[in-house]
This record gives sequence, C-alpha cells and structure tokens, in this order.
Amino acid sequence: MDSSPRAFKANARAAVKDPQLKRALAHVKVGFIGKRAKAVARLPEFDALRDAARDIKVHTLDHLDLYLERYEERVTAQGGQVHWCPSAADARAAVLDICRRVGAKTVTKGKSMISEEIDLNQHLEANGITPVETDLGEYIVQLRGERPSHIIAPAVHLTKDLIEADFRAQHSHLPPERSLEEPRELVEEARGILRERFLAADVGITGANFLVAETGSSIIVTNEGNGDLTQALPRVHIVIASLEKVVPTLEDATTLLRVLARSATGQEFSTYTTVSTGPRRARDLDGPEEYHVILLDNGRSEMLAGQFRDALRCIRCGACMNHCPVYHAIGGHAYGWVYPGPIGAVLTPGLIGIEEAGDLPNASTFCGRCEAVCPVRIPLPKMMRHWREREFERHLTPRAVRAGLGLWAFLASRPELYHRVTGLAARLLAALAGRKGRLRSLPLAGGWTGVRDLPAPQGRTFHALWAARNRRAGT
Amino acid sequence: MSAGRDAIMGGLRRALKRGAEATDAAARQTVDRRLDAAARGLVPARGQIPPAAQVDLFEAMAVEQAATVTRIASLEAVPAALADYLKAANLAPKLRLAPSPELQNLPWDSQPMIEIETGPAQGSDQVSLTGAVAGVAETGTLLLASGPEAPTTLNFLPDNHVVVLKASQVVGAYEDGWDRLREIYGRGSLPRAVNLITGPSRTADIEQTIQLGAHGPRRLHILLVEDTESGNGA
Amino acid sequence: MSLWEAASPMSETAPRVGLFVTCLVDLFRPSIGFAAVKLLAAAGCTVAVPRAQTCCGQPAYNTGDRHDTRTLAAQVIAVFEGFDYVVAPSGSCAAMIREHYPALLADSPELAARAEALAAKTFELVSFLTDVRGMTGVEAAFEGSAAYHDACSGLRELGIHDQPRRLLATVRGLRLEELPDADVCCGFGGTFCVKYPEISDTMVTDKVERVEQAGVGTLLAGDLGCLMNMAGKLQRRGSKIQVRHVAEVLAGMTDEPAIGAGAEDGTKDRAEGGRG
Repeated sequence: MDSSPRAFKANARAAVKDPQLKRALAHVKVGFIGKRAKAVARLPEFDALRDAARDIKVHTLDHLDLYLERYEERVTAQGGQVHWCPSAADARAAVLDICRRVGAKTVTKGKSMISEEIDLNQHLEANGITPVETDLGEYIVQLRGERPSHIIAPAVHLTKDLIEADFRAQHSHLPPERSLEEPRELVEEARGILRERFLAADVGITGANFLVAETGSSIIVTNEGNGDLTQALPRVHIVIASLEKVVPTLEDATTLLRVLARSATGQEFSTYTTVSTGPRRARDLDGPEEYHVILLDNGRSEMLAGQFRDALRCIRCGACMNHCPVYHAIGGHAYGWVYPGPIGAVLTPGLIGIEEAGDLPNASTFCGRCEAVCPVRIPLPKMMRHWREREFERHLTPRAVRAGLGLWAFLASRPELYHRVTGLAARLLAALAGRKGRLRSLPLAGGWTGVRDLPAPQGRTFHALWAARNRRAGT
Repeated sequence: MSAGRDAIMGGLRRALKRGAEATDAAARQTVDRRLDAAARGLVPARGQIPPAAQVDLFEAMAVEQAATVTRIASLEAVPAALADYLKAANLAPKLRLAPSPELQNLPWDSQPMIEIETGPAQGSDQVSLTGAVAGVAETGTLLLASGPEAPTTLNFLPDNHVVVLKASQVVGAYEDGWDRLREIYGRGSLPRAVNLITGPSRTADIEQTIQLGAHGPRRLHILLVEDTESGNGA
Repeated sequence: MSLWEAASPMSETAPRVGLFVTCLVDLFRPSIGFAAVKLLAAAGCTVAVPRAQTCCGQPAYNTGDRHDTRTLAAQVIAVFEGFDYVVAPSGSCAAMIREHYPALLADSPELAARAEALAAKTFELVSFLTDVRGMTGVEAAFEGSAAYHDACSGLRELGIHDQPRRLLATVRGLRLEELPDADVCCGFGGTFCVKYPEISDTMVTDKVERVEQAGVGTLLAGDLGCLMNMAGKLQRRGSKIQVRHVAEVLAGMTDEPAIGAGAEDGTKDRAEGGRG
C-alpha cells in the first residue's frame, strides 16, 4: 500500500478487497463501539462533560499564546527545558542534538503521533541511533516497517497470525519450536524483549496527551506502563508535543481525562495516567537527569488562524475513526499518512496541504457519526466541507465535477427549463427500464451501475403530475 | 531556540489577532485568574459520595480493573499480609521496599523469612511495596508521587506491585487528589512524577483481547488499612 | 407550534404547508410526494406545491460550491417563505434548509434574517406530523414485516428516530422488526457513492446484509437517495426484499411497484424472509 494521501483511491480499492484486513477491522466495530457505549451509559454526566471539555479547549485555543508562555515559565522553574520548533525539521534537529550531546545509542519511545508526523525514527536511524518503539502495537508495526493504522491501536489492522509470523521472523534468537499460539504468549515475548531495551536505553521519548500550564507538566495516558518505563529509566526524558496540547490547570486536564479513556477504549480510566514535571529532584533516587519538551508548530498556528481552529481541540481518543463506516471499510493505512479516519481527513490537509490530501475530506458521506461521538464536539463534517470549499475555490475539484455542478445549478435556478428537462429524463429512463423498473447499466453512470441497479423513474415528474391533477380538479 | 520561539509566538499572536493593548491586558488577566483559581469543573456525582461510602467504592472499582484488595486492621498488619500475599501467589520471599520510614519501621521482624532490600527497583525485582498519596474512589485509582521515599521505578519494574493505602487516604474525586498534592508541594509545583494507577498493566493490541502484564506490573495488590471508624475520615 | 396548539386543528385555520418535493422525489418517485400530500391533509393542513422549486442546493454545498448553493438557497427562500410551514419528505433536504441555510447566508444582509425565519418553520415530513401536528397514529394497513433504516441527516441533524417507529407501530398488520446497525450509513452520501464506488459498495453491502439477516419483506426509510442506493444493491443481489419510502406505507399508498421494482415483479407480492 502506497504511503501517500495521493494514492488514496488506489489504496481504498485494494483495502476493501483485503479479507484479512476485513477480519481485523471487524474487531473495531464490535470492540470499541460497544465498550464506549457501555462506559457512556454508566456515567450520567458524560454528555455534560463533553460540553465542558469542548469549552476548556475553545478557551485555551483562544488564549494559546498566553498559556504557552505560562507553561514554559513553569517548565523552566521546575528544571526542564522547552525547545520551540516551528517545523518538523526543527523538531528532528532538536531531538538529534540532545541525543548526540548525551552520546545516546538507543532511544526508547512511548507512543507519539507527533514523532510519526516528523518522521523521527528514520532521522535517528540515519544518524546511527536506534529508536525502539515500546507500545506493543507500535513495536509490532515497527517490526513490519509500517506506520500505525490507528491513533491509539496502532496494529488494529493485523490479525494474530500475522503478528506471530513477524515475531518468529524478527526474534530469531528465540527457540523456533516455542509456542506463540495464544495472544498471551506474544505479549510475554514482547515483554521480555522490551524489558531489556527499557533498561539499556540512554534517552526516553514520550508524547503528551496534555501539557499543563499551571504546573509545567506533561501528561501521558497508557495501559501498558511503557511510557513510564520509557521516561523513568534513561538519563534523559524528551517529551514531544504539538502546541495545542496545552491546557490551563490540573482540573482542566481532569475534565478532559474523564472523557478521554471512555471515548477511546470504553475504560473508566486508563491504567496509567502519569503527570511528569521536570527532571529528578536533588533527593530523588531514580528518574531522568534531564527533561526536555519539544514544542512543535508544523502548521498549527496557521490552522488556529482560520476555519480549522476547532480541529485543534482534538485529544486523540480515536472515537471518530472507531465509529466511521469509511474507516471500517478501508482501515487506516489507506489514508496514506499519520492521522487516519475523520480527524485525519481534517488535520492532514492542514498539515501537509490540500493538494496532497484532497481525497481525504472528500471520502465521506457526512453521516455525522464522528461528530456525534467526539468528546470535544469537533464539527468534523463541517471542517471537511470547508476543505472541499477550499478545493473548489482553487479549482482542485475535478473538471467533470465542476462542469456537472455548473450545469445542475444552471438548470436548477431556472425552474421551468428544469421541469422540461427532468420531464424528458423521467420518460427516457422509464422507457429504457421498461417493465423491469430498473437499469443494470447506463452510460455515464458506471460509478453507480457498476455495483448496483439503478431504480428507474416512475415516468413522469411530480410537478407534471401535480399540474395535471390540478387541471383535472380545475384548480 | 529563541528564533523558533519568536517565530511560533509571532504566528500565534497573528492568528489570535493580538495587538490592541487593552484587549491583550484583558486576555492576560483572564489567563492569570484561571490559573490562580484552578477551579473545579464538573465533578460527577460518583466522585462526591459521602466519605463513608468512598472506601467501598474505591475497592469495588479497583477490583473491577483487576487489582486485588485485602483489608487489614492496621499498618502493623502489613508484614504478615505481605507474607500471605507472597505465599498465595507462589512468589519467592523477596521484597523491594520503598525507603519510607513509615514502611521501614513496620514489624518486619515478625516475617524474618522475607529478604528485604530498600531503594529504587532493579530489573530483576519481583515484588515491590510502596505507599500512596491517595486512593480515588471514582475509578479505584491510586495516586502516587515520586520523592526520596517513593522512587517511581518501584511502581513499574517489578512484576508485582503492592501498595499500602490507608482508608483515611481515600478521596472521592481526582480533584481531591490534586488538593492533597497542593497541600504537600505548594501551588504550581509538583514532584517529578505523579502516577495515577488503576489496576495492573494491560494491552489489547492483539486482536483487541485484553492481556494483563504488558510492560508494567502483572499484578497490583492493595493492602487497605482500615484506620478510620466508619472506614473513612478526614 | 406546541403540541397542545396542534392537537385541535379544527379550532384554527388549517396551516398552509408548502411541500418541498425534493429533486429525487420529483424525478424518480412522485408517489412519495403524493403520499406526503395525503398525510399532511390528514393532519389538517392545506398543502400547496410551488412550481418554482427545484433543489435545496445540497449537491453544490457538499462539493464546496458555496456560490451556487447560495443562488439556489435564495430561490428556495423566495419561493417558500410565505408559507406557515415547509415540509420535505427527506431528512437531508429539510436539514439543509433548517440547519445549514442560516450559516450559509449569515453574512448576507438581505437574506440572513429570512433564512433564519425559513429554517425555523422547515421540517422533515414524519417528524412534522408527530412533533408539530401531534399525530399519534395513521389509518393505514400493510401486511408483512418491515425494517426501518435511519438515514443519517434525519437522525443526527434533526433527531428523527422515534417518530417514524411510533407511527409505523400503528399501521395495521405491519410487523416492524428492529434492524441491527439501523443507524449506520448506507454508503449513499450524494456524489460519494460515485466518487468512491468501492467504499460505497462495501458500506451498502454491509447494510443490505443486515437487512437480509433481519428476515423482513420490506425495507423502509425517510430519504429517497438512501432508498435507491439500498434498493439498487438488493436487486443486484437478486433479493426479493421490497424497498419503499416510509411515507408511502404511512399513507397506505403501497399499490405502486416498490422502488426499483417493475410491473414484472408484481406489487402485491411481498416475499417474507427476503432472501432472493
């Protein structure tokens, strides 16, 4: 599968024919959707919390510059250092600098979509440093040389058999006759291997679900505990986060945390929610000696300026893609970049440009399920429509579509002409269909009739029949 | 990186249409006030049940998330309870103890079989014993804070993490936990790591089925000390 | 209008309803329009069908063509703003006017207030009958089992869910079965179904498999685009399940061949079980 949003159509075509992907994605529908519904039903205040969560994010975005200033002040006061990185290249360079300065050979990593966004792993590898993904799903896709296909369940597109095959191929130092039949055995094997990597790492890099201005802290949320082993064991802890992750206070973070796990996996709370603030203190017995925060812009201040600001509310729960029928049909890799699903359709054009990612906001029926489950009420279909408007303004919409639309609008704004044309069309199509009442094929309508019959018109338009009825009634 | 900072802040200020001094000052005041107030948002009813009910809810929620809980009458009962735990789980009688005087001064002599070492965890440790700052009843969540008496690695490296939690430490909602931390560390200040822990480590990355013991502890055992009359107190 | 006001239509002048036919109903299936007229009359309304109506502008709107959308919206407003209510047998068209016209025209000094006013009195058909006219049942009969699909706009933009089920429950002889995943998109999405045919096909296949599993003779919904999509797929698979608009069943007007069915298929022949 081609890892570029430009290849979306081809990727989607291949994806819907992939039976193994279909099997894997079936778990998404049953698992995530059902579990979220249960968690929501259990908490009467859930919907009110979504409103509160949205309000916190909206307020913070409205004051983002000021909260980031206060955040940096606090990080510095607690012994940490903030690195402001306008671009992905700046962020890669900042991370590499730190790693080189401390002579790092191995870097363990907690799950971070930002690190995917800036292609950090490739950069470290190219510079002789080995990055080791420690989130089990990320570890698995790293073995396969793939991107994650979901923002919280990176290996959701894989069945157990594929994972077993990868482990056997990559963990060649282990006895080949060992059993890896059960998921439990795969987890055990990964635990053992990654345990050694945790202990040997020189630098640990985590993402951040939230940055807290009040205390200069970063918050990560995991179930495995890998993020904690990543940050507590090595000499250096690097947090890599985008600007819009900041929230004002611990109380604000709490409101968001109350909706995060419930929206993501249907858990009441993730197993490990960790608030990290600065390096180890003078009398601490463990913990990193250095704490760095890489603050990435990479297009977000631009999104803040325009119609797409609301997309910056995202708290990376994944509920939108869990409920998206398009995602269910094609999986995450078809989107071709870091962020799949509805949030991917909105963010990707903002970060890499609408020319690159044009198909993403178009491949939606606007069914609205994403917005209905988004914990911070991002109006995702509206944002996708805004992207379509941008495309239309810039003449990126296919010419046939523009022409067809132009013709439609021309006719529709001339009702009498419209009624004549539609009257003809109704008769013609009805005649073609004959007694069958439907057409198996129709020139120019291959997109439809390739996979479904086209019901024929009844033969006359409503307006024609209504006028005839009124003439008979003398009205 | 100040060129980077200037570039980003410039972009943000443009995006937010900053410039007019009066509105800027008003915005700053809004931010200052919100940070100083650290006001609570909507706290679910479940986090506001009477203290008497909080301990029971804490236990129920923790157990639901696959922690195990044993209630003991007093702190002095901890060594014996730990010995029972090790035996029941068929674990070697070795313990990595948090260097907290409160825990170190317990009657460990009554369990001479247990080999005790204190300090941060080593990769080979099987069992750790730590205290906690609070237990949040809302979701059965332990609140631990790093410090000289509480190295973080004890919470994550060993296969088994045993936590001594007093009933008097149980609170209703996470916000109560933050208040406790502010009492200890002051406002705007936190220790290096505050861990909110709900059950043992787990993953669902393989076909969406939950497996316990991913990277962190396989088992989380809570020794709940009933140090209050009604089971909860100030 | 509150329910208690609507409950006694005889004590007031019958409200004047402008029927927004919708482009699909007009071209493909006028019988839905006539069913709507019958139901509205039964609910005590006088119905007019302005001739100068064509399209609500959704195709242009969803393609990002705000200019043409505004042109069409201005036309709709001018043609319909004189009525007491505007009713459409389609959740998506009603939502276009009700939920989207105000934002679309918010910056037009000439049209902003008029768009708001029109939006406030525009409704989807079934929810108009229940929520505004207080209708609690219909005088219709339909022998057989049916399942109801929740079209997305109606469900999520207008909150239409209970209303059609309540009215269908009063249709004599009709056995309404709940459709698993009734609220999952059928894959129509306007131009989506032809721009991304493989994805649309996957979605509509999932949908019709659910319908076939439900073992019903008839599939119902409130939007003709969705109905044509699902009917076309069922028929391509050789299914005998019949597809109709909910208004046709509620109005007791089911003598016409079902959607995509011809005179060949017979109109009174409703196969139970639905497996083709």
